[in-house]
Amino acid sequence: MKSNKKQSVKIPAFEAVGVVCAQSIGEPGTQMTMRTFHFAGVAEHVPTGLPRLIEIVDAKKEPKKSIIDIYLKSSYARSRPEAEKIAKELASIFVSDVADVEDDLETLTIKVTFNEKDGKGQGVTFAMVKKAIESFTGEIKTDGNSITIKPAKEVKTPKKSDKEKKEKKMTAKAVRKLSQKIKDALVRGVRGIYKAVVIKGNEEYFIRAGGFNVLGACENSAVDSKRIYTNNIKEIERIYGIEAARNAIVREIKEVMDMQKLFVDIRHIMLIADAMTYAGSLKSIGRHGLSGEKVGVLGRAAFEETIKHLINASAFSEEEKLIGVTENIIVGQTVPVGTGKIKLVMKAKNRVQK
Amino acid sequence: MVKRRKKRMAPEKTSIFLNGRVVGNHPDGKSLANRLRERRRTNELSSQVNIYYNSKLNELHILTDKGRVRRPYIVVENGKSRLTQEILGRIKNNELNWNHLIKMGIIEYLDAQEEENSLIAISEAEITPDHTHLEVDPSNMFGVVAGVLPYPEHNSSPRITMACAMAKQSLGIYATNFGARYDTRAYIMYYPQQPLVQTNLYKALKMKHKAAGQNCIVALTSYHGYNMADAIVVNRSSVNRGLHRVAMFKTYETEERMYPGGQKDKIELPTPEVVGYRGEEAYRHLAEDGIVMPESEVGGKEVLVGKTSPPRFLEEISVFGAVEEKKRESSLSLKSGEKGKVDSVLITEGPSGNRLVKVRVRSVKIPETGDKLASRHGQKGVIGLLVPQEDMPFTQSGITPDLIVNPHAIPSRMTAGHLLETLGGKASSLGGMLMDGTAFSGSTEEEFQEILKKNGFQEHGEEVLYDGLTGKQVKVKIFIGAVYYQRLHHIVSNKMHVRSRGPVQLLTHQPTEGRAREGGLRFGEMERDCLIGYGASMLIKERLLEESDKTVQLVCTECGSIATHDYARNRDICPICQGEHVEPVEISYAFKLLLDEIKSLYIFPRIILKEKG
Repeated sequence: MKSNKKQSVKIPAFEAVGVVCAQSIGEPGTQMTMRTFHFAGVAEHVPTGLPRLIEIVDAKKEPKKSIIDIYLKSSYARSRPEAEKIAKELASIFVSDVADVEDDLETLTIKVTFNEKDGKGQGVTFAMVKKAIESFTGEIKTDGNSITIKPAKEVKTPKKSDKEKKEKKMTAKAVRKLSQKIKDALVRGVRGIYKAVVIKGNEEYFIRAGGFNVLGACENSAVDSKRIYTNNIKEIERIYGIEAARNAIVREIKEVMDMQKLFVDIRHIMLIADAMTYAGSLKSIGRHGLSGEKVGVLGRAAFEETIKHLINASAFSEEEKLIGVTENIIVGQTVPVGTGKIKLVMKAKNRVQK
Repeated sequence: MVKRRKKRMAPEKTSIFLNGRVVGNHPDGKSLANRLRERRRTNELSSQVNIYYNSKLNELHILTDKGRVRRPYIVVENGKSRLTQEILGRIKNNELNWNHLIKMGIIEYLDAQEEENSLIAISEAEITPDHTHLEVDPSNMFGVVAGVLPYPEHNSSPRITMACAMAKQSLGIYATNFGARYDTRAYIMYYPQQPLVQTNLYKALKMKHKAAGQNCIVALTSYHGYNMADAIVVNRSSVNRGLHRVAMFKTYETEERMYPGGQKDKIELPTPEVVGYRGEEAYRHLAEDGIVMPESEVGGKEVLVGKTSPPRFLEEISVFGAVEEKKRESSLSLKSGEKGKVDSVLITEGPSGNRLVKVRVRSVKIPETGDKLASRHGQKGVIGLLVPQEDMPFTQSGITPDLIVNPHAIPSRMTAGHLLETLGGKASSLGGMLMDGTAFSGSTEEEFQEILKKNGFQEHGEEVLYDGLTGKQVKVKIFIGAVYYQRLHHIVSNKMHVRSRGPVQLLTHQPTEGRAREGGLRFGEMERDCLIGYGASMLIKERLLEESDKTVQLVCTECGSIATHDYARNRDICPICQGEHVEPVEISYAFKLLLDEIKSLYIFPRIILKEKG
């Protein structure tokens, strides 16, 4: 028998890979410092270190702060001004960012005053603001740097009972509501992407922004849609599928560990990612995910919510098959792992003679 | 829109507060404050009153409350300290003392509030006309504990913190009346010494009468690896001569308690009829009154005070009509694993008027490997090896060190004070005088070097050493000097604990916990995880079942509940279904309890048995 590299690296049968994986990540985890690092440029605090690790493993719907890395097609990625131009196109700017929106409840009008200073900084012109506001119904009057809107009567599909109400004038409440809507109206950019910053990567410039609207960003022709990335794993799963989500989990955990200068073998991280995704959808590690789906009653009861599991098991007359490790320890048997899995098998007689 | 905050105008007249309560007002609080202070200095006002003027709120606070932390300062007036050379001279002639200085208004105590109104100079040289006070001494910034540490200004602050914490654990003479005291636990050092390098505060507190350490000759080298990682190699011959020897006193006490119904404990020599009699051997040190003889050597679980108690429940009336009192044994005995000599016995009355006996047991704690020593610089270590003097390295003049400390203990911890004390201790012993290690003003390195040079020693404190084992000269010069070392009350013999078998808990049948109960060492969840990760299946079973709470329970094969053995009819029977097909099964007792508890939840757990394999 030739012992080759491949053989020597193979994991032996019945090795407790899960426990070893948990320990290999858990131990360096205790050394994680409370010091947090910051992403260059993005002013907001993005969780790193332990909080981020917990976030990944819990499979949260939306991370505390999503980040999107937008790479550009080569013709745009060479120079900073080019990239910055795209960044400005992508970053969402709302009316309230560049203008003061005031509603006058007496005359039931809304006055939008364009702030030239803010607008210049964002590269927004009055015309753009006007365009954004024009989407709302109503009488629009322009006066220098300000727009006055007299909202029209609501164009509601008339219900049968309130015929009179149809004729009713715009209420103050509705004006308030509308002014809020105007404030949130998009002047420019992609909704859900904000605070875009150009960063110099390896020999090219790319954009890092808050948010995770991958599809929205890809609509821009300058964006290299093949390399776009976000740290929102749920979003990756939704758009690119479960395999991509698995890779994203591996990448994100690796990044957290690297940032703290902790070394964990990639295979341990891969095992975690596999465990979270093998069923075809993202599953968290914990009560609501992986641990909650254990086969044995005793194993689940030993983890969390003991009584709930015991009562449910009794209601359905569940049988404990003693498959897991915890169950067997509770009962006082050898654990079906490592040496505990080995059973003696005898070879058939004729084979021996041969 | 930024809201403009309304500026609160200070009232034109100063509000005057006495202990936080308004008592009136005054047109000029600042000058009033100064006049009040002047009165305090001329003794028209108590020296314990503090005056604080808040110019922002225009408030004057007069504080006479208890519980204000105050500290003394020298009063400075017009840029001049009130403590003049003339007064200093009178102090030297013993004409004046501290209390005089306070009465004369030279020294005053400030509290936290009044400090806000003062500008305090640290040294006389830096006084300007603006200063109001002068620090008595810069080393005053330290408290009682840190103030007795030598050269704290040469050490890193975490080490000072540690040194303070450890000084409180040092063994010496904790009270001069220790012979008359019956503390539950006390240590007295055999030959305590005052340190060679002292601070002013140490002298002021007269700490040498309560010394807690000894001056040791310390060499900074390695010794065959026995002082790695903060271990200390100790000269066994020094130990035999009494180095760091300590006597431990432990007081045991028992009381004749009263019970409802007029019954009472009795301190006496229990007779074999007493329930729970421990055998003649256990009582062999007791005199006729049931109390140990002083100076008898006791050990193990031997009885110190014999005591009997009335029965716990009223005895059934016997056939003969008379109630026969069956007394219970409740003697006081030495804890298992301890031994010593009975130092003294005290018989008094307890708080509720009962007879109370206290027995003080003494045992000598000679330093051994594992005991903890520390210098006054946060340099702690445990004894790693005891070496006979003849095997220790020696100097040209034949001196062998008492301790060998590893030089690796120094650089990363930055305790230069330790080295300075080593040098100072050496200079002190050569020069025949005590050295001053007071913070910021202690004796200097140069002074030490001069003394060393004068006595024909290498000025940096290094000496040529010779290997005690081979007699060969050690190739480098070794730094050697005298350092004050403290023995800390972490003594291995009081902590050592092993168990191979022993008591188990009543409820769970698992081993007890803790040294006092001869307990086992917990094989916890994380330890268990390690064995799982290792795949050592059989070992887990052994740890968690075989060596813990294994029981053999009978299980009914029909209904799956725990069955019992009926001794009267000598057969196994299931109490639930009355079936007799019962199998013995090895489970942990804790699992049996779990089944019982589940049953209490109105859930019936069944054990389904299968053939093994």
